[in-house]
Amino acid sequence: MCLGIPGKLTETFAEHDMPMGRVDFGGVFKNICLAHTPQALPGQYVIVHAGFALQVVDEDEATRIFSLLDELDELTELDGSPSPNPGADQGGLG
Amino acid sequence: MKYQDEYRDPVAARRLAAAIARQATRRWTIMEVCGGQTHTIIKYGVDQLLPPEVELVHGPGCPVCVTPLELIDASLEIATRDDVIFCSFGDMLRVPGSRSDLLKVKAAGGDVRIVYSPLDCLEIAEAEPDRTVVFFAVGFETTAPANAMAIWQARRRRIENFAVVVSHVLVPPAISAILSSPQNRVQGFLAAGHVCMVTGYDEYEPLAARHHIPIVVTGFEPLDLLEGVYRCVCLLEAGRHAVDNQYARVVKREGNASARQLIGEVFEITDRKWRGVGVIPRSGYRLRPAYQQFDALSRFSLTELNVVESNNCISGLILQGVKKPAECPAFGTTCTPQHPLGATMVSSEGACAAYYHYGRRTSSETIHA
Ligand code: SF4
Repeated sequence: MCLGIPGKLTETFAEHDMPMGRVDFGGVFKNICLAHTPQALPGQYVIVHAGFALQVVDEDEATRIFSLLDELDELTELDGSPSPNPGADQGGLG
Repeated sequence: MKYQDEYRDPVAARRLAAAIARQATRRWTIMEVCGGQTHTIIKYGVDQLLPPEVELVHGPGCPVCVTPLELIDASLEIATRDDVIFCSFGDMLRVPGSRSDLLKVKAAGGDVRIVYSPLDCLEIAEAEPDRTVVFFAVGFETTAPANAMAIWQARRRRIENFAVVVSHVLVPPAISAILSSPQNRVQGFLAAGHVCMVTGYDEYEPLAARHHIPIVVTGFEPLDLLEGVYRCVCLLEAGRHAVDNQYARVVKREGNASARQLIGEVFEITDRKWRGVGVIPRSGYRLRPAYQQFDALSRFSLTELNVVESNNCISGLILQGVKKPAECPAFGTTCTPQHPLGATMVSSEGACAAYYHYGRRTSSETIHA
């Protein structure tokens, strides 16, 4: 139950005076309470727990890890240590 | 789903694992607090990508697993009443109480319903005014905003046939309890990203300073966990006891102000018993006096109950990171997800269930190695 699920907000409306939204979880749609994320706009991704959107995903921060990976690989080259073989298929993430 | 496939990319995962291997010059033991993270680690084999120097141990972050037996038995009593509709998140249904579980109560004719959101209970209560709708309000800081809103709305909308069994637990006091234990060997923590999404991470800074450990707020996808480990190992190698935020796409330092405010309106901090672990001071929420009318235990006069724990289950040690599931003699033999002896085998966030589902029948390393 602690697993927050990301979904895409598609529209907003009100119910019992609460801001609500329709959220698309990869093709499954649910009505979600936006009382704690009233700033969320359709088109944005939100993290949903127990029927409530609790944060809007920051897109710039979401892509930061990929520049970190490039930096790490540059460091490896400076080190002269071998870079991991990207084609290898051993262990994990199967 | 956006930022899901990308964060599960095996090539990127191996690049991060190699970076961790370059950083680690000695053995480090790191605990991931949250059961959702344990699930990802075992499902994707994140632990098997790590260099031998870095060991991950699993923490107590499964709310289903730590809900005390007393409250499960009390809920079972309430759920058998004819005048009650008992509502719960789905993961609580198969958790064994002393003598039964919610699924058995339902099979015997009890009106037990799974809800997705606690707000659903209010709709049911309005549609069934002659019965009381009781909600099992369990969880960490992540479900507290939703549960607090349902209770707040019930008072505002004057829904009187609604009550809650509150079993809320908090992560920072559990981290502190683990670090203070004489058995502790955890040197760094990956804090649960979605808990911090609600509460922020101010509270973790004094913890890191007091116990001289780094804490990295970490997300739930394989790359999140690997980056969390990478940052934690960098801090450990540098001897720094800082709090770092790997999960900045979701977690802000101050958390979610609106959610925090509503939690503070409805709940106050109390000591709480954790199943398998014992009482941890100031580690849970209870209803504030203004919301006491919604307390199911006092409404149904259930306070003293005799409970019987299975004495074969070592889930308490597993929840504290002292043992791993495959070290339990009952694991996979007398205890399976179909016939669970302990809550850690029931919940999708429980370590025993994760090991069972992903075929980890032996532990590659034991904690005493
Ligand atoms: S395998 Fe079963 S009996 Fe053993 S610790 Fe896990 S839940 Fe308890």
